[in-house]
Amino acid sequence: MRAPTPPASASTAPASASTAAEMPVRRDDPLDPPPALGVLRDESPISRLAFPDGKTGWLLTRHEDVRAVLADERYSADRVTASSPVRGRPPFKPEDRPGLMLTMDRPEHTRYRRLLTPYFSTRRMRALAPCIERIVADHLDALRAGGPPADLVPAFTLPIPSLVICELLGVPYEDRTRFHAWSAKVLSLTATDEEIQDARDELMDYMLDLVLAKRREPDDALLGTLIAAGTDLTDAELTGVGRLLLIAGHETTANMLALGTFTLLTHPDQLHAFRTGGPEVADRAVEELLRYLTIIQFGATRVAKEDIDLDGHAVRKGETLVLSLPAANRDPGHFDRPDELDVTRPPSQHVAFGHGIHQCLGQQLARIEMRIALTALFDGLPGLRLAVPPDEVPMRHDMAIYGVHGLPVSWDE
Amino acid sequence: MSEDMKIIADRDRCLGAGQCALYAPDVFDQSDEDGTVVLMTETPPAERHEAVRLAADMCPNAVLTLEEDGGRNPQRRAR
Repeated sequence: MRAPTPPASASTAPASASTAAEMPVRRDDPLDPPPALGVLRDESPISRLAFPDGKTGWLLTRHEDVRAVLADERYSADRVTASSPVRGRPPFKPEDRPGLMLTMDRPEHTRYRRLLTPYFSTRRMRALAPCIERIVADHLDALRAGGPPADLVPAFTLPIPSLVICELLGVPYEDRTRFHAWSAKVLSLTATDEEIQDARDELMDYMLDLVLAKRREPDDALLGTLIAAGTDLTDAELTGVGRLLLIAGHETTANMLALGTFTLLTHPDQLHAFRTGGPEVADRAVEELLRYLTIIQFGATRVAKEDIDLDGHAVRKGETLVLSLPAANRDPGHFDRPDELDVTRPPSQHVAFGHGIHQCLGQQLARIEMRIALTALFDGLPGLRLAVPPDEVPMRHDMAIYGVHGLPVSWDE
Repeated sequence: MSEDMKIIADRDRCLGAGQCALYAPDVFDQSDEDGTVVLMTETPPAERHEAVRLAADMCPNAVLTLEEDGGRNPQRRAR
């Protein structure tokens, strides 16, 4: 694999309950979590964690514990002032907080979630299938017209979820070059604080202009409909929501598509099972890729709202807890053969979308995009294969959301 | 396991993740008002019990309680 360049110094020594270690980030295999996380899960599943800001908190690696904390509202999602496991990020400015619902608790969070959830319901996402199929077919046509080789990231995996979220929100797709660039900076672990803040500011300015335009002339996409329906969201709140949905709506699925394709191409037996298994296996394969790859690579963060006895560990009010979703999704205490990719695996309680009140708003959209795009990709490009050795595929060690920076492929014309 | 099953949904806890409607779309839908769970039936037929149990297990907010054995053994699923 291309030499991993973790952003933080990588400690592989397991932390005991008394000594705090840094967040394990060094992977041996690009598709497996850092092995040190597995050691912790075996030996010290609730361990002290040393943050880059000098504070000490907790790292949880067992499936059962991660789910329990995510469902326990004594832990706050308001992590704007929480410690970050891998690098400090500039705190959000107060004027950027409205609409940032993933950092809110009940009842503030509920207000946003109830307004937005109808637009992402399972039934409505199923109804989007023909639109997604058309977008996917268009991009496959363009790939075939250009001929092999091609990089699937700019030609397929990034544009498809971008187009879908643009149509859903009512964001002009021709603006994608700009918001892709802002998104890449906002999620980068190597950008400077100034670069991150500039990208956030530009994104907020852009979204505010869009909200004001919809206010003058509402369309029938999500932002315009929210405005036309007379919801009590302010322009600042709508701007914040729009920013969040635009970034979360394309980055996550784009990376799952690209990393999922890379994974299937390097597991030919699983690719065969996926291609020949019919619709039920296609659905299971999507869940299994979500579990196996868990691209929210540093997990979720919560802050204790009070002193809590966590399975014998004294968590103090204000301490940050990092819940390793990748470690939880490879927990042998919950999953049979957890380190094995098995696209026929029956549905399981993986935590790739999180758990509790913040479980991903767009999860049903992500599922249907993945199922349609992955199925059509392998059907539409016969003999699809990597155009470079696997270890030359550039991995996103330097981003909060894991994946590949590019995916050079070839196929039979 | 009894033949009977009754589904009780705590809509105050529901935030519309949609897992139930994914795994048992003939039993669960979501409101167009606020996305929360809508029961198409409270007493699903026996051949759908397994899918309903799966749907309840997958709920991220423990919204669904399944009363089996004639209500003597209500189970809140999946904390």
